[in-house]
Amino acid sequence: MTALDASISRPPASSSSREALSRVSKAILRNRKATLGLVMFLVLLFVALFPDLITSKPWNESVVSSDVVAQCQQDAVAAGKVPNCAQFGPKWPDFPLGTTQLNYDVLSQLVHATRVTLFSTVLISLLVTAISVLIGVTAAYAGGRTDSGLSLLTDVFLVIPALPLLIVLSTYLASGGIAAIVFVMTITSWAFGARQLRAQGLSIRSKEFLEAARIRGERRWYVILVEILPNMLSLIVAAFLGTSVYVVATMAGLQFLGFGNVGDTLTWGTMIYQSQQAMSLESGNLWWLLSPIIAVAFMGTSFALLNYAFDEIANPALRKNRRRRGKPAA
Amino acid sequence: MSPTDDGSDTPAPGDAPLLQTVELTKHFHLGGLFSKQALHAVDGANITIREREILALVGESGSGKSTVARLLAMVYRPTSGQILFRGRSVHELRSRKDLLWYRRQVPMVFQDPYSSINPVFRVSHAVLRNLQLHRPELNRAQRNEELERLFEIVGLTPAREMLDKFPYEMSGGQRQRVGFAAALAVQPRLILADEPVSMLDVSIRAGVLNLMIDLRERLGVSMLYITHDIASARYVADRIMVMYAGHVVETGPAEGILADPRHPYTQLLLAAVPDPRERVSFTTSAAVGEPPKVVNPTPGCRFRTRCESAVELCSRVTPLLRPMAPGHMAACHVATPDPGFEAPAAAPTI
Amino acid sequence: MASPLLEVRGLSVDYVTETVDVRAVDNADLTLERGEFLAIVGESGCGKSTLLFAIARLLSPPAEISAGSVMFQGVNLVTLVEDEIRALRWRDYSVVMQSAMNALNPTLSIAAQFRDAMRAHSTMTDAEMRARSAEVLHLVGIDEVHLVSFPHQLSGGMRQRAMIAMALLFTPDLVIMDEPTSALDVVGQRSLMTQIKELQQRLGFAVIFVTHDMSLVSHYSDRLVVMYAGQLVEVAATESLFAEPLHPYSRGLLDAFPSIRGPRRVLTGIPGSPPDLGHPPAGCRFAPRCPAVMEACATMPPELVAVGASQVRCHLYPAAQAEAV
Repeated sequence: MTALDASISRPPASSSSREALSRVSKAILRNRKATLGLVMFLVLLFVALFPDLITSKPWNESVVSSDVVAQCQQDAVAAGKVPNCAQFGPKWPDFPLGTTQLNYDVLSQLVHATRVTLFSTVLISLLVTAISVLIGVTAAYAGGRTDSGLSLLTDVFLVIPALPLLIVLSTYLASGGIAAIVFVMTITSWAFGARQLRAQGLSIRSKEFLEAARIRGERRWYVILVEILPNMLSLIVAAFLGTSVYVVATMAGLQFLGFGNVGDTLTWGTMIYQSQQAMSLESGNLWWLLSPIIAVAFMGTSFALLNYAFDEIANPALRKNRRRRGKPAA
Repeated sequence: MSPTDDGSDTPAPGDAPLLQTVELTKHFHLGGLFSKQALHAVDGANITIREREILALVGESGSGKSTVARLLAMVYRPTSGQILFRGRSVHELRSRKDLLWYRRQVPMVFQDPYSSINPVFRVSHAVLRNLQLHRPELNRAQRNEELERLFEIVGLTPAREMLDKFPYEMSGGQRQRVGFAAALAVQPRLILADEPVSMLDVSIRAGVLNLMIDLRERLGVSMLYITHDIASARYVADRIMVMYAGHVVETGPAEGILADPRHPYTQLLLAAVPDPRERVSFTTSAAVGEPPKVVNPTPGCRFRTRCESAVELCSRVTPLLRPMAPGHMAACHVATPDPGFEAPAAAPTI
Repeated sequence: MASPLLEVRGLSVDYVTETVDVRAVDNADLTLERGEFLAIVGESGCGKSTLLFAIARLLSPPAEISAGSVMFQGVNLVTLVEDEIRALRWRDYSVVMQSAMNALNPTLSIAAQFRDAMRAHSTMTDAEMRARSAEVLHLVGIDEVHLVSFPHQLSGGMRQRAMIAMALLFTPDLVIMDEPTSALDVVGQRSLMTQIKELQQRLGFAVIFVTHDMSLVSHYSDRLVVMYAGQLVEVAATESLFAEPLHPYSRGLLDAFPSIRGPRRVLTGIPGSPPDLGHPPAGCRFAPRCPAVMEACATMPPELVAVGASQVRCHLYPAAQAEAV
């Protein structure tokens, strides 16, 4: 490392776990977008873990007392109108976002759905990333026929149109619930990341330290797991975050189209679906439709913002040169 | 081939060489499935390395020297020919036990100090792995002791501080020393050094070259020093072997080759080396032209297109190595041997 | 006495980063006469390439010129804007880079690249451009059939020569070269150097040649500049520097080359590493590695002073006895 390089370079990713963690947190805190993303994610995590701290109302029981409903029906009949005593609009503090057509509290639903939505998103992203890494890096490192075979497999899955496949599979597995959605989304999303990680694996493959590892007698799996993967860590994390944005939106979209909505498991996508089915917009109950949409956007944005920090770690060229205060421009 | 022991440190008996290649050949297949094009990277190399000897393999790009290194390191399989290490044929080794036996005795040091060490681990990582893989009899405490000792041998002191560093905290010269430490960890008989100083600053090279000589003196390790710089080859090596376009064209004692090069390519190489203390002018016409890419070659000397002394025979018959002087051989039709050395041209080994 | 072709005064280049500003080139002074071959020699990180790029106005962020002037034919290159620089580039001075494969466009033929350069800097007709392209290829010893070749079809040596041909399209007064031979073999390097020298003597342009290999330029350059840790430490005629190097670093560098002639000596090299330019030492930057170090060296940075026809930055040559430059 020349004098000049030593002066201006940064240490590489994951030097040791503690140093890596401090580097990562510094990178996040230094970058405003990433800090915001982190805050948003922590908010979601908190809501997912402790929904009862946010709202005490139940999400799957009517929150409108039967007296009120009865009164409402009487009023309607008296006025000669068709009774519409469900889907009440926002009423503070009883139901700030209105109710569903079964008079469930929308806010409560939103809060309780966070857990399943967040965890299933993260689970799918983890699975997808794991498969992409496994296939992409193995293809890059093994080369030859293994690479040809795995690349062919990747290309096939890339080329298959995702949405029709998702719809077909969802229909077949309609009874599978969330597990079915996880399965379906995983197998349709891994190919893109595998391609990317293979490309990055290829660029690392030519590094002499890998040849050195083989020459000293390391086995192939050791080289991949211990020597290659740590070098790709920041890229893998970035792939994970990018996948998460995709999963959040696609899962909600799938469920909006009517797939994967099962009984007791409530997600934001299911809420959107149900509010559409109940024609909430036409009934003037805007927030039942809007709030889960905003929530989905919120989660997607938080992952996207976090990704900014990892982009910077992986590619120092993206770091803006912030001039120190007081130093005049040349 | 007599199978030898499990790799204990008793030196090979008598005059038997430590490593010997017999007509070592490597061709790379070019083009698609049906192409018959083959790149002749190495053809018929007969290389011998003895105990406590540093042999320099000198050549420019396309000479085949790096391919030889990788053949000896078992990265490539030979197209034909044999590699005999302590009497055993290396590429017939199959079991993991046998492979580790070889790798333990013939480690490699690499050219690029910036890409030959994994940047995410401390510099001690490769050394420790070598100890774990090849010296399982050591326990953890002994391994750490050995780690320190090795760092001291290669001059990375204070060892305790140095072995905790990350590669980015070290200079190129220091990283190369780490490479030697990792090679020494296995208690090798022969170190394959692939251009270990080419990417280092000139002022730092001397240190690493001196380290190599020191290791040979103190620990009795042999070395194959691969380089394009014949001046550093002279400094470090006992014997020099010159390669051109896949062939060994000259071999002999280092001082002998420098004092009296017999092959026109060696002469060209020596004339091209700038020596700041000499005002030598360089006007040979062989300066034009470059080493050929040898694809499906015809017989004949591969240097003939650039050779001032080429005769008609040179384009018909491939010259073989023949003795010129004691221990000194050259593959050239027009080179004249010393009196008493006019042996018939055959395929000899030194 | 004709005025010098190029005069660099007090040139400093900084790499501006978030944490610390690194001064890669510190207060460089250089003079280049017409037709002179000047070599800038130093090891990695000494700033020689940065200095070269600063002179050629090729620096990109985070590197920037923080002080000094570069007077070229009476014009200060540092103060010019990009358009004005472009008018000068290639006509009055041109640049040859380290690796042809990086500098040449792999998707264009040689003729197309020459045409691009000529169109960008002149209004020649197609016929004129064709003629000139063939002419410069002849100059560097390449047959003109290669005008239609692509870079990857040429051998390494030919590619480098094609780059030099491109630099000579307008016969500039100054050709700046950044280690143009480092991608070649020993024999190829020699051959290219000889060719460059011949061209220089025939066409009369000046050359600034940056290299890490001192011995390479020993038979070709008129004057030599040795750089260490961002500073010029010795400036001398090539012959006198090789015969009697003044600065301990130059001496150490010369001694670090193993020789192929004469008796085999023990090499010592220069143990240690260059200083961290983010926190340069207080006194002489070479002091930690210097075999002739004295007390003053740790605290007082030496100035560049004249000693005879040479200049050296070292306390071994006290300023009182020589004129400060």
